[in-house]
Amino acid sequence: MPEWIVAPLLVLSATLRVATPLVLCAMGGLFSERSGIIDVGLEGKMLAAAFAAAAAAAVTDSAWVGLAAGIAIAALLALLHGFACITQRADQVVSGVAINIVVAGLTVVFGIAWFQQGGQTPPLPPEARFMPIAWLGGHNLIVAAALLGVPLSHWAIMRTRFGLRLRAVGDVPLAVDAAGVSVAWLRYRAVLICGVFTGVAGTYLSIAQNAGFSRDMTAGQGYIALAALIVGKWRALPAFGACLAFGLLDAIAIRLQGTRIAVVGEIPVQLIQVLPYALTVILLAGFIGKAVAPRAIGVPYEKTP
Amino acid sequence: MAAARRRPLPIWVDAGLLPVVNVLLALSVAGLIVLAAGVDPIDAVRVMLVGAFGSEEAVGYTLYYATNFVFTGLAVALAFHAGLFNIGGEGQAYLGGLGAGLVALGFDRILPAAILIPLAVAAAAGFGAAWAAIPGYLQAYRGSHIVVTTIMFNFIAAALMVYLLVNVLIAPGSMSPESREIGAVAQLPALHVLLRGIGLTVAPSPLNLSAVWAALCCVAVWLFLWRTPRGYELRVLGHNADAARYAGIDVGRTTVLALCLSGALAGFVGVNEILGVQHRLILDFAAGYGFGGIAVALIGRNHPAGVALASILFGALYQGGAELAFDFPSITRDMVVVIQGLVILFSGALANLVRPWLEAAIAPFVRDARGVDAIAEES
Amino acid sequence: MPPPPVIELRAIDKWFGAVHANRGVSLAIARGTITGIIGENGAGKSTLMNILYGLVEADGGQILVDGAPVRLRRPADAIAHGIGMVHQHFLLVDRLTVLENVALGAEAAPLLGRALRAARVELARLERDYGLEVDPDAPVGALPIGAQQRVEILKALYRGARVLILDEPTAVLTPQETDRLFRILRSLKAGGVTVILITHKLREIMAATDTVVVMRRGEVVAERATAATDREALAELMVGRKVRLALDKAPAVPGPPALVVERLGLRDRRGVAVLDDVDLALNAGEIVGIAGVSGNGQSELLEVLAGMRAPTAGRITIGARIITRHAPADPAEMRALGVAHVPEDRRRFGLVAPFEARESAVLGYQRRAPFSRRGWLDPAALSRHCRALMTHFDVRPPIPTVPSAGLSGGNQQKLILAREIAPAPRVLLVGQPTRGIDIGAIEFIHRRLLALRDAGCAILMVSVELDEIMALADRILVMAGGRIAGVVAGADADERRLGLMMTAS
Repeated sequence: MPEWIVAPLLVLSATLRVATPLVLCAMGGLFSERSGIIDVGLEGKMLAAAFAAAAAAAVTDSAWVGLAAGIAIAALLALLHGFACITQRADQVVSGVAINIVVAGLTVVFGIAWFQQGGQTPPLPPEARFMPIAWLGGHNLIVAAALLGVPLSHWAIMRTRFGLRLRAVGDVPLAVDAAGVSVAWLRYRAVLICGVFTGVAGTYLSIAQNAGFSRDMTAGQGYIALAALIVGKWRALPAFGACLAFGLLDAIAIRLQGTRIAVVGEIPVQLIQVLPYALTVILLAGFIGKAVAPRAIGVPYEKTP
Repeated sequence: MAAARRRPLPIWVDAGLLPVVNVLLALSVAGLIVLAAGVDPIDAVRVMLVGAFGSEEAVGYTLYYATNFVFTGLAVALAFHAGLFNIGGEGQAYLGGLGAGLVALGFDRILPAAILIPLAVAAAAGFGAAWAAIPGYLQAYRGSHIVVTTIMFNFIAAALMVYLLVNVLIAPGSMSPESREIGAVAQLPALHVLLRGIGLTVAPSPLNLSAVWAALCCVAVWLFLWRTPRGYELRVLGHNADAARYAGIDVGRTTVLALCLSGALAGFVGVNEILGVQHRLILDFAAGYGFGGIAVALIGRNHPAGVALASILFGALYQGGAELAFDFPSITRDMVVVIQGLVILFSGALANLVRPWLEAAIAPFVRDARGVDAIAEES
Repeated sequence: MPPPPVIELRAIDKWFGAVHANRGVSLAIARGTITGIIGENGAGKSTLMNILYGLVEADGGQILVDGAPVRLRRPADAIAHGIGMVHQHFLLVDRLTVLENVALGAEAAPLLGRALRAARVELARLERDYGLEVDPDAPVGALPIGAQQRVEILKALYRGARVLILDEPTAVLTPQETDRLFRILRSLKAGGVTVILITHKLREIMAATDTVVVMRRGEVVAERATAATDREALAELMVGRKVRLALDKAPAVPGPPALVVERLGLRDRRGVAVLDDVDLALNAGEIVGIAGVSGNGQSELLEVLAGMRAPTAGRITIGARIITRHAPADPAEMRALGVAHVPEDRRRFGLVAPFEARESAVLGYQRRAPFSRRGWLDPAALSRHCRALMTHFDVRPPIPTVPSAGLSGGNQQKLILAREIAPAPRVLLVGQPTRGIDIGAIEFIHRRLLALRDAGCAILMVSVELDEIMALADRILVMAGGRIAGVVAGADADERRLGLMMTAS
């Protein structure tokens, strides 16, 4: 095939590969934030899941056990965040940040204690990973799952009873409460769904995209996913588009690494590394999100009759 | 920051007992983790305590680390008073160090210490402030979520430092990414040297003059927040942005001001590290102080006095943690990061977990003296 | 044997902390009646109804529905027993349609397609039967307030409510819309629904109810057949003493104009004109009242005049300063020009709740001497000032260091008023001066406003309470749809006339 077809296809393929964790986190964050719970902890849950999945896969040589472990850990952390925000009515941003920090340290502490490899898990054999599948265009199962997750999330939020109540509880929780539906239970379910999504995202990072866990491997992607969600105005399809945009940028940037530009000379590798973060800031700057956010987001629910 | 409506506890409980209980909870959980990593927690505590306070040198190190926590803790606390969560302390600290280092490297052959050092300190403040001003501006005028932008700026700062140290500032002929040493005229004297000058002998440690600067900053922040009209306006904004508008307070400008001051304070970490200890520009000198600042501010209830006390605690954790990592190879300094996170979790997110027990425990000793009408009025 | 009352409350007790909000309240409501529960703010009527609706659980006592004791722990329990409630602040999700709002929580199926189809049919039937027409597919946020209230009623009926509680339903309605509401209530009564109306408006009790229950300080003090009592008797029962329903007012002696508004316009972010071509002149020594149902531009007018928003058209002249869209003023400048502002929502704008009273006492004036000198704030000066304010306006407790949130609503309002009046402003803007305040404080505040007027201040007062406007204002401007719909001299005003102007748009 001619170069001008192959190159874009490769870029598209790379985009999907890079965007998958973003898409998964964004969909998870979508449920949580639409219910009114800010989730800055996407990063931490993803990192914890990455570690758990890699550790479990290394010990059992099974990718599916790894996936289960990843989802379990992320769900547990999601419950913790939920407990702090819903039952304890804490500051939701502080809770998310706390969990991120604990996870960042804990994954290394346990990594060293259990595997003695400076924080990494041992490299994984193919049977312990999600390997590329030919008829999926060389992508693995999780990429496909992420792509399916987008319309599924959209449908769940817009076309089901649960979704209607979810949207309502993020705007006017008192209305939901007065209608006889438990605000707390709705939000716990939303937060748990977020846990499942981030669990899959973390699992993807350590046992699908790569062959093991290394410290801080999420590198801020959880925050970028949150930014994509904000830019996408808390709706599934636009958020997905934003995630693809980030993925595309990353994919192009990786190809550009090492090339020379006429006047400037060789593009520094740090500039390439910085691009996703800079783009996040630029997108957030160009966009005024406050007007469209779920109205009750970030406000702990307390009955004030 | 959203705070739930609660029946008020007496101040000595709210500001004293409750934070202590929360820290103890965090440390207990940390103890469990240490146990899971195969180390006896009691042993670990003993090693940490001795490591932090067991000798003059240890105390010196503890206070040196505490100095950095004071700077980032004040930074976070001041921003919290304006209702803003500044997570960018680490990036602002890097930029502050860059500023101080650039001035020192640029002028150490030209200017005398009496001019150079204040200039370098001012540069640290300026660079730190500038790095916080951009997210601040974006939050104030574009509504960009400050938590996301400051974290992005942390990543960008780290990359910037690597680029500069590897490509621009690297000492000629050096293999590792660091600059040449700054001239003696730009170096802050160590406290043990100063004390020797007045006849007191203490063991050498990195503790330097910037510790005095940290103490001064505590006082300055207190004065600013509670004894100036701008500090008043900042606190109004933090409690109630609508009331701020009503009072004619420029919300945008006050937000940016708060973050600039916050960034400047965080930037002073660079004064301690670059001018006081490392005497050259290096990588990663601010690692962990950003998040530690959040923990310190939370335990210290955002008050400069509390920040100072909490900083000593965290300095002890850092120094004790280094000893711990030395004695037990299966525990690294990452354990300190875990403790920081747990403290933030228990003092920030789960701060009111034990409140019902505390309220019950002290109820027999305290009468609710609040006006009865006040509680009845719901409208 | 006569049928048991549809609702019976026996010895209901409720404590909020140290406050005894309901003291052994016993009440029986007969089926198919319209019962009014009246009382001042803080009398405990809202608490009682929240207990009946399961939002709050009583500490003691019993609730019986149709003669059988029930336990109402959550709204779901109340709904299951056929009790519905329309709250004072509507619990509607603006983003969702009428249909979705009505079905929320009572959806017939897990998938919305089916659930909403079923709901649509039932909704149409209810609308027909009770005269509650609303477009089911309109987003609730786009509906006028009267229509939103009908959606709230439909929500309750959709869930099979046979007892409907309405909490202060007419706070946001014009007199004509209020009449329409009462017609709906009568048609509900004809359909066998029992109605309980909570209100503090004596006029409505007399017009709409069969029975009146008077509450005071957490207790039921009287139960009367509406036909057998009158407003004066009810007012006396509400307060516990004879109440003067009108004030002695000397005629105004207006001076030169202190603030002139010409062709003022304001468009919101969507381009909708919330203020349109407003002309008004505020003269010294005069009280101008702005009447109108809330939501017709009065709040925005106050915000523009206070400098919190810039006009998009027209101008405001005060002294030598002309404020236009291109030369806007901010609240600090307006204060410097001698314009003081008592905000409509005192807890949101007027105070900083966690601050000590002395810090709230300088809100907006923090940079002035003697509070600030050469860049330093003087806490002793703040205390002195606060103590003076508290003494002159009888704020209790008169302690400058008490937290602002620790003052009752009436005392907070007195402190705010004292703060704004202290610098002897040329112009005072006041929004809802006595909202949520007990009668004693209301009289005090009204007398102070009159005294201020007599001292030469130009006062602009916005209020939804027609009684208050008619009692205090020398001139009344009625606002509807963002415009001035009519001007009436204070002496010539009556409700009918004002009510008609309020509906013009």
